[in-house]
Amino acid sequence: MTAATAVATRGTAARRLSNRVGRVRELGIVVALALVVIPTAIVNPRFIQPQSLRDLLLNASIVALLAVGQTLVVVTRNVDLSVGSVLGLSAFLTAQQFADHPGTPLLAGIGFGVVVGLACGLLNGLLVALGNVPSLVVTLGTLYVFRGIDYALAQGRQVNAANLPDALLDLGSSRILGIPILVLVTVVVIAVAAVYLRSYRSGRELYAIGSNPEAATLAGIPVAKRTLTTFVLSGLIAGLAGALWVARYGTVDAAAGTGLELQVVAAVVVGGVAIFGGSGTVAGAALGALLLGTITSCLVVLQIPAFWQQAIAGALLLSAITVDRLLALRLAKALRKTEGTSHA
Amino acid sequence: MDRPPVVALNEVSKSFGAVRALSGVSLQLLPGEAHALLGENGAGKSTLIKTLAGVHRPDAGQVLVDGSSRRFSGPADALAAGIAIIYQEPTLFGDLSVAENVFMGRQPLGFGRRIDVASMHARTAELFSRLGVRLDPARPARGLSIADQQLVEIAKALSFDARVIVMDEPTAALSAHEVQRLFGVVRALRDQDAAVLFVSHRLDEVFALCQRATVLRDGEFVWSGELSGETPDSLVRRMVGRELSQLFPKQDTAAGEVLLSVQRLTREGVFTDVSFDVRAGEIVALSGLVGAGRSEVARAVFGIDRPDGGSVHVRGRKLKYGSPTAAMAAGIGFVPEDRRQQGLVMDASIERNTALASLSRLSTFGLLRRSSERALAQDWAVKLRLKFARLSDPVGVLSGGNQQKVVLAKWLARKPSVLIVDEPTRGIDVGTKAEVHRLLSELAGQGVAVLMISSELPEVLGMADRVLVMHEGRLVEELSRDEATEERVALAAAGQVAR
Repeated sequence: MTAATAVATRGTAARRLSNRVGRVRELGIVVALALVVIPTAIVNPRFIQPQSLRDLLLNASIVALLAVGQTLVVVTRNVDLSVGSVLGLSAFLTAQQFADHPGTPLLAGIGFGVVVGLACGLLNGLLVALGNVPSLVVTLGTLYVFRGIDYALAQGRQVNAANLPDALLDLGSSRILGIPILVLVTVVVIAVAAVYLRSYRSGRELYAIGSNPEAATLAGIPVAKRTLTTFVLSGLIAGLAGALWVARYGTVDAAAGTGLELQVVAAVVVGGVAIFGGSGTVAGAALGALLLGTITSCLVVLQIPAFWQQAIAGALLLSAITVDRLLALRLAKALRKTEGTSHA
Repeated sequence: MDRPPVVALNEVSKSFGAVRALSGVSLQLLPGEAHALLGENGAGKSTLIKTLAGVHRPDAGQVLVDGSSRRFSGPADALAAGIAIIYQEPTLFGDLSVAENVFMGRQPLGFGRRIDVASMHARTAELFSRLGVRLDPARPARGLSIADQQLVEIAKALSFDARVIVMDEPTAALSAHEVQRLFGVVRALRDQDAAVLFVSHRLDEVFALCQRATVLRDGEFVWSGELSGETPDSLVRRMVGRELSQLFPKQDTAAGEVLLSVQRLTREGVFTDVSFDVRAGEIVALSGLVGAGRSEVARAVFGIDRPDGGSVHVRGRKLKYGSPTAAMAAGIGFVPEDRRQQGLVMDASIERNTALASLSRLSTFGLLRRSSERALAQDWAVKLRLKFARLSDPVGVLSGGNQQKVVLAKWLARKPSVLIVDEPTRGIDVGTKAEVHRLLSELAGQGVAVLMISSELPEVLGMADRVLVMHEGRLVEELSRDEATEERVALAAAGQVAR
């Protein structure tokens, strides 16, 4: 009897440990945030004034939004490198739509940007899921294709805030209960995606696909359909982010969002999403985006030269991967020790 | 009057390129009956199972469900038709919890179609208690032993009250006790009118469980009928089409000097104070239940896992901890339990795999000579009577028995003085099994010290000069060839040692 009880408790210990490791991952980012914010605030107390904190959240919210879409894709063992270009294309087309047709209702204009992103995501998804081309290759290609279309359409022009409706610009600057609307939109998207990934069958199937693609097929999971869906969702979210980009910055040219994809992938990895799929949360990825954004702001406040900022962001990425690896090794060892069943 | 079959295959054929895997095979699975599918490796059993699973579409012939022809467009269709497959290689999602693995795609839903985790865990626990195992439904599947993974697969099949359950070598990784549990559950399912298709190389299990059998050979239908009039010998004759010599031919050899000496080896939480010697010319079997720590000891001796204490000596020289390179240099060869994951590079060619452990010998100034690689592989392919089309074919296309021969060839090419083999004949057909046994016996005759881990008692009793029995991480019994009986080994493995 004692042996059986011991095994049961050991199995439970394994579960607790793996839960704790998951939580430690997100807690770790919060601790890291504190570690960068507190010293900066001591050097420059203005850094933690409400306006400054709001800017912090605002700046991070677009990357965080893209990181949510990216998480859906990465969890299935794929990657979407085209998000920066999709955002750029959507931003320019949305701005042009508002500028050329002054009567466009706010939601219709934003919806237009979302549809542009959705179309881009659909192309990515079809090539990956039906063409069986690795997503790294497909989205590296479409990164250039979408940006090229963007440049071709813009022909060197840019859309200025003066040509945009006030309703749109208000969206970028106004607040509800002191919180910027853009941040609220991002939080809603995070919450919806988090619930989807945690509690819906098709959401769980994304983890299954990333964890063991072959087994997913044998389990009857429609792998191609789910993969297609994640790329469509990633594109759709990038399209939304493009429209919000217009609202936030007011001035848009064809270069909007260039290079953003790497920040997004970095945020996802720092946020604890396994780059080979199967695990990670959107909340973690969004926190990762916030951490990267905060570090950049802190370095500016601390007047550290710009090129150091990139080196530090890179170092952070490496340390995040190191921490992940160490945690994974510890967990594997612990799971091995608690392995085994007892037979009554 | 017989009842109509739940699922039937009618004259099914399937080819892969030029290879004809199945030609005109028929099979009928009746409700309330366990049906054995027999044949050597490469006979077409896996292809037949994958046809039932909806993975392969037949080139000709039909799959009939309740008498009407069905075209499965994928595994989901087969599952929907109530056909559950338990594959030989577990197909789990390591990142997800055990309960999610069981219920993937069919998770119980609660409010707003959200997954009801509590009920999912409760139902998983219920399935495990039916199987008589204790596994925490909430723990991740990663890190489970093969036996436990197999149990999760079985729970998965139970979870959707399948009408047809196909089991491909479900017992290969299970201990005798777990096998009895499984059979109890299968009999219960059968009595509730499920049809069972059972694939196993262990004929005693086939007779214990099944009423009817179908035999395949080289993709062709050979025989189907009631098992009541059959004997193991008559079935083996049908499978191989020839008489078999005795299965376990270990010859007596005079034991020489101690080649491998393990002293008080300990790895915390895994095994404790394990000490034994293996002499030249000896085959020593390490026996025990799955999970007793046998494979773990082997891994530590070979340096894959780092022990926490104790020592390993080869020819009197102490081995460095945790270094397979040092173990290989000292003359140890290691044929692991899981040949697909650990023994072979499945996508690489036969010659590449054969040469893998001998690369430094085959290269000049660091450059590998393709011709010497091929010559080595050719040499061993002949010696081990490997069946293959071309040496440049990926090793993954070979049957299980031939894959195991490649793993053996890889190590034999290094002329090891100590050979550790972990479950050397798991999932291998009768003919190849006898060849592997003869080979191990020959090696011992040439003065190699062989440490063999095996869950098959007849194999242990037939092959080993000495039997060491492990129980819960400790060595509890050592029996000479004369002392070792099925009963004594089984008792010791269960922890019942008369002291």
